[in-house]
Amino acid sequence: MTKSIMLVGVGGQGTILASKLLTQGLMEAGYDVKMNEIHGMSQRGGAVSSHIRFGDNVASPVIEKGGADILVSFELMEALRWLGYLKVGGKIVVNNYQMNPMPVVMGKCSYPEGILEELQQKAPTSAFNAMAEAQKLGNPKVMNVILLGTIIKLMNLEDINWKKIMEENVKSAFMELNLKALEIGKALV
Amino acid sequence: MKKLLSGNEALARGAYEAGVRFASAYPGTPSTEILENMTQYKEIRSEWAPNEKVALEAVIGASIAGVRSMASMKHVGLNVAADPLFTFSYTGVNAGMVVITADEPGQHSSQNEQDNRNYAKAAKIPMLEPSDSQEAKDMIKEAFAISEAYDTPVLVRMTTRGCHSKSIVEISEPVATPYKAYVKDVKKYVTVPANAREMRKKVEVREKVLAAYANESPYNKIENEGRAIGVIASGTAYCFAKEVFGEEVSYLKLGFTYPLPDQLIETFCQGKEKIYIIEENDPIIEERVKMLGFSCHGKDTFPSYGELTPDVIRKSVYGTELPVIEYDQTKIIQRPPTLCAGCPHRGFFYELGKRKNVMVAGDIGCYTLAFAEPYNAMDFNICMGASFSAGHGAKLAFDLKGEDKRVVSVLGDSTFFHTGINSLIEVLYNNSRTVNVILDNRITGMTGHQENPGSGKHANGTEAPIIDIETVVRALGAKHVAVINPNDLAKVKETLDWALSLDEPSVIITKWPCVLKKMSSLDQEQFAGAFKTKYRVDSELCIGCKLCTKAGCPALSVNPDIKKAEIDRTQCVGCQVCAQVCAKKAIVKEEN
Repeated sequence: MTKSIMLVGVGGQGTILASKLLTQGLMEAGYDVKMNEIHGMSQRGGAVSSHIRFGDNVASPVIEKGGADILVSFELMEALRWLGYLKVGGKIVVNNYQMNPMPVVMGKCSYPEGILEELQQKAPTSAFNAMAEAQKLGNPKVMNVILLGTIIKLMNLEDINWKKIMEENVKSAFMELNLKALEIGKALV
Repeated sequence: MKKLLSGNEALARGAYEAGVRFASAYPGTPSTEILENMTQYKEIRSEWAPNEKVALEAVIGASIAGVRSMASMKHVGLNVAADPLFTFSYTGVNAGMVVITADEPGQHSSQNEQDNRNYAKAAKIPMLEPSDSQEAKDMIKEAFAISEAYDTPVLVRMTTRGCHSKSIVEISEPVATPYKAYVKDVKKYVTVPANAREMRKKVEVREKVLAAYANESPYNKIENEGRAIGVIASGTAYCFAKEVFGEEVSYLKLGFTYPLPDQLIETFCQGKEKIYIIEENDPIIEERVKMLGFSCHGKDTFPSYGELTPDVIRKSVYGTELPVIEYDQTKIIQRPPTLCAGCPHRGFFYELGKRKNVMVAGDIGCYTLAFAEPYNAMDFNICMGASFSAGHGAKLAFDLKGEDKRVVSVLGDSTFFHTGINSLIEVLYNNSRTVNVILDNRITGMTGHQENPGSGKHANGTEAPIIDIETVVRALGAKHVAVINPNDLAKVKETLDWALSLDEPSVIITKWPCVLKKMSSLDQEQFAGAFKTKYRVDSELCIGCKLCTKAGCPALSVNPDIKKAEIDRTQCVGCQVCAQVCAKKAIVKEEN
């Protein structure tokens, strides 16, 4: 049975490292893994998504609408943008953190209200401010590892040796910080 | 050893394992990371070329001289490189030579959606199409074997999803590929008509031999035989089809796709109740299957544009989609890509956008985003390097019609070296009355910061000679040249006034590094203090007029609750453009 994890956010938010760590862990656990990202123009502050699929034998690297078991959004409104990709009965993890798109910057409209309520009505939603949690740890950059922790917990992937995966991919000076971030993420959901 | 590799990483690994010693490319999404990943293999000389034609010509030379070589490019890059490709098909290779074309069904990051399988047929050269990263690595090795066995360049076609998807790859050690001896052979390599006519006949023979081989290729195979319904697919479209149909159908999975394997197709199609051809863009397999006398469903069922992802196939065949959560989508605000905070293009386009009665001829790069709000500073763009030449034609047309309209043509540093340099020669030679702007941000920005002839580094990071744009422009004979800092709005305005007052071609070079560029020691010297400061809004002075938002900086917004502008200090890098736009001098430098 193939499982699908979708990470969404805004270009430059660091979804790439989170999906890299996740896919490495899944591969070492013996799963077939496929992952897809779109690079290029959308990097410049546009909406971005990473698709991760794992199981015994994965065919498509792309998650289709209604296909994601879990939708992890690094930004509040982006969760709503990609909600159509969530499977009926799937779970949402949302970083309750706002980044203004250009029309808001320009003052043409304001950032929409009631997004979290809308998400909570539609699917089981875990919401928290991972940015604030990361800042408490003293480094806003570990926001992505906190979100990785939530995925590990919700997708029952705690048996994988994540410490080893981190050691292979994270500079030793940042190991302790990242392992703490991972634990915080697991405890948030 | 198993590794999780993107298609592009796997292609580079395959080239390494195949004994490639020279690789050349021009960056372009989704192909860029192929050459970037080649640089990790120290045995390979990996170079950025100024454009795809030059890249291909360089690897052709290496092949003739006896070294396995590879060029990679995005789909439109092959248009630029088509000239050498077609004739190299005639001469054939000495050491193996492979060209990778990365197509973009769905146009994620491209100006068109052309199907480069057509090039294999037009140039009469074999084509391979990997469906995942393992095949990407394996097929590069196969492509080099075919190239040398059949004396032909080989085209490997990827698509965006194949390039940018990661899957598990079994890593092998490189094969020992001895260099080929070079023996002068003018009948083989000098394409004067008398020789080329003979080569032409050999190409015809080669194509027939390859057509026979297609039936034997290990990459063309029938899977899950015995079902009433058959699916024929190649590349990542095969993976998408497999996701939808699973074990319900038989597959003819095609990896060696030009020439197509006629006998294998016939064997597969015999007795099938229904046949679906799953191919993105043009009906190339479909037309061949029909020519062989089998009825099938292709473009009558599936769209001829965009990607054939599982949802599209499902909807086309069954009329259904997976159940989805219904919700109110009207709340969602568009999040288009934008110029970054501190982007050196901002100041220039803020000023240019204010000009009336000016047509702006655009080009391909981050600065294409200037077409949008709040700048509205671009009228059209066509292809790499076209702004100066197309701008010249447009100005000519306005003059012929007696219309008083000025033309400002813009392109970036890397685009100037690509083909913009030819366009500037056109402008100067024909004495065009246009303003030609080179937005020099010291790097190839849009594709993710690749070095170029003006940046001072090679692809592998070693020091390179800098080809100075101003020197080149003056050497071509430009009389009116200005080099300015685009963050200085008064200077930008003054320079545009000056250039628009001239009756002869002018060149403006705006020079300031991309905010995301890793600054070299020379950059730090030339652009001392760049990106080191931060600005803030003095809320006592701010009147909430929103004028500063006209600069379109993502770090700046007006807080509707307090009706004052705010600057996100994590994003601000102190370019000062907004501070110059503010009429109340309310945007001030942060004190340390």
